[in-house]
Amino acid sequence: MNNLMQPQDNGLLRFMTCGSVDDGKSTLIGRLLFDTKTILEDTLTNITRTSNKRGMDAVDLSLLTDGLQAEREQGITIDVAYRYFSTGTRKYIIADAPGHEQYTRNMVTAASTANLAIILIDARKGVLTQTRRHSFLAHLVGIPHIVVAVNKMDLVNHDQAVFDKIRTDYLAFAAQIGLANNGSDIRFIPMSALNGDMLVDRNDAMPWYSGETLLEILEQVPATCTEHNDSFRFPVQYVCRPQASDDPELHDFRGFMGRVESGEIAVGDKVTVLPSGQGSTVKAIQLGNDKLQTAISEQSVTLLLEDEIDISRGDMIVRASDAKEPVKQIEAMICWLSETPLSTARTYTIRHTTRESKAKVGSIAYKVDVNTLEHQAAQGLNMNDIARIEFKLAKPLAVDSYADNRATGAFIVIDESSNNTVGAGMII
Amino acid sequence: MNTTKTLSHLDWLEAEAIHIMREVAGQCERPVLLFSGGKDSLCMLRIAEKAFRPGRFPFPLLHIDTGHNYKEVIDFRDKRAAELGERLIVRSVEDSMARGTVVLKNENEPRNKHQSVTLLEAITEFEFDACIGGARRDEEKARAKERIMSFRDEFGQWDPKNQRPELWDLYNARTHKGENIRAFPISNWTEMDVWQYIERENLELPSIYFAHTRPIVMRSGAIVPINVPLANGEMLNQPKPGEEIIAMQVRFRTVGDITCTAPVSSDADTVSKIVLETATTTITERGATRLDDQTSDASMEQRKKEGYF
Repeated sequence: MNNLMQPQDNGLLRFMTCGSVDDGKSTLIGRLLFDTKTILEDTLTNITRTSNKRGMDAVDLSLLTDGLQAEREQGITIDVAYRYFSTGTRKYIIADAPGHEQYTRNMVTAASTANLAIILIDARKGVLTQTRRHSFLAHLVGIPHIVVAVNKMDLVNHDQAVFDKIRTDYLAFAAQIGLANNGSDIRFIPMSALNGDMLVDRNDAMPWYSGETLLEILEQVPATCTEHNDSFRFPVQYVCRPQASDDPELHDFRGFMGRVESGEIAVGDKVTVLPSGQGSTVKAIQLGNDKLQTAISEQSVTLLLEDEIDISRGDMIVRASDAKEPVKQIEAMICWLSETPLSTARTYTIRHTTRESKAKVGSIAYKVDVNTLEHQAAQGLNMNDIARIEFKLAKPLAVDSYADNRATGAFIVIDESSNNTVGAGMII
Repeated sequence: MNTTKTLSHLDWLEAEAIHIMREVAGQCERPVLLFSGGKDSLCMLRIAEKAFRPGRFPFPLLHIDTGHNYKEVIDFRDKRAAELGERLIVRSVEDSMARGTVVLKNENEPRNKHQSVTLLEAITEFEFDACIGGARRDEEKARAKERIMSFRDEFGQWDPKNQRPELWDLYNARTHKGENIRAFPISNWTEMDVWQYIERENLELPSIYFAHTRPIVMRSGAIVPINVPLANGEMLNQPKPGEEIIAMQVRFRTVGDITCTAPVSSDADTVSKIVLETATTTITERGATRLDDQTSDASMEQRKKEGYF
């Protein structure tokens, strides 16, 4: 493996790791960073020193993900950490989230930007409650690719039967939560993160496994930006009107700035502006001062339209042929993120793309026990609760279902008194 | 499913950074962009051009000058701001010292950490509600856990245990009066990404980023530049008695306060040579060049809690 950039660039993949320290999650991340030569000498010297200080013989790669002073003092991971490596053809962002039940909100946070999840299972323990929880959350937050890493195979004599049994158990459970039958891509790898088997190198401990290594999978799954819905969605972030400019050409310039959240657009395409419903045609697409003919998903650009329409931040430009009627009521799965419980009596603010609206909770249909997946009646919600909720909105929002479009199906709930982000929602 | 078109990793990072800058501009009343003349902040200016041209930037540029910066960098800072036609505000740690709000332990104490005081004074003076900075998560482990839009209370403090959840690309930059947001558009970039972007965009850089010969001494394993002239004619970093002055070919991987930024030995005199060297280096950026982070494992976390960006 070398880190030099090759001429070929296979984009960027964001993935997350689910598991606890006991499953070898930190070792897995440390191993990936180490085997792709991301760890540099001074960092290695540091963790070698710490390993020795703690009386260990070998270098403990899990120390690479050791976090903040505040966390080391308590011996726990309290937050999502982001880590980076590159293989020369692809760049990776790892979201490393703590796996315990009280950190459901952190897992949801990490999952929200991930395109692949690695779910770690200890080969000695098999499918556990936490495996179900992690899988449910990965599914809820719409991660399209799941890699089930059956780790610590070295501790079960690299026995294929153990691996096969775990795969069978997992698939049975996945079918039950709808993971296996909605087109999700689930793959299984036997591995030993400690020895580096089946991560970057195959090694020779498990000749019976002929499937891909972890890195081979990571290199092949579609990059983050290629798997969106085809519908063109362009929430307007900012309107550029450089009127004061002494350049007469810019006198009438009105640029609508934003990012293509899904689909693509070309000069000459017919568009509709939501929620007003007014139509126009794309006159030009710009990136800074450069003129483009098309813009694709996840590209940040400036759109110019043929007609003078009143458009401001919070409006959404969509393709005329797949414009949807904006709504003032939504059903959503919510993860409550705040220590202050949800109150059905209060008014909250919802941020959907670049638009905000006041919102009231209509009703809580049920909350989900993340361990048993049972539905329970609920009057309010506490931190880490997941529930199905109806909201009534003061202003219309141009939404898609989260299953169709992760960008235009997602929203956050803001408590205006603290300005805090208190909930994460996925529209049904 | 569309599988034919993919953004390259640099295009993706650029698009994300543009999106973040526009969110700051869209959500905040009085943002400012922190600009030092260093490589990361030069990338930020290019991103701002792509985000807001043909309009002007919806924020001024702000540099917190320790008074101990390389003259080449300061000159370059002023030149770049003038070329862009954007407003540059400079606030100086030395003014804070004159006011008595910054008190050095001794004359030679590095001034880096005292930038926090001057920054907070500038935030109060101009009522900034958001500061856009070029910090990256790969630099340091406290940064690896910090939000892209990081909330600071009215004392500028970061509370790592009580950060706002940040999901999807739905950033919450709301503040009450006196509080502020530190926004980091290139959080997800690595040192390598920065150099590749500089190469691709053909960005001009201050000369000290490229290999040049300068007098140095070796001090506890680090390369320390000696007799560095300041704009006011003063010479900084005198050799200690008995130290041998060597003329060494070096370049800076990061530029900051003269008293605490060390160069690396290098003959890379072009951006493409630096990209190659970055790909094969064995030492992290901060490990190689920051004399102030080595004192404690947690020193960045500590400084952030005190208002540092």
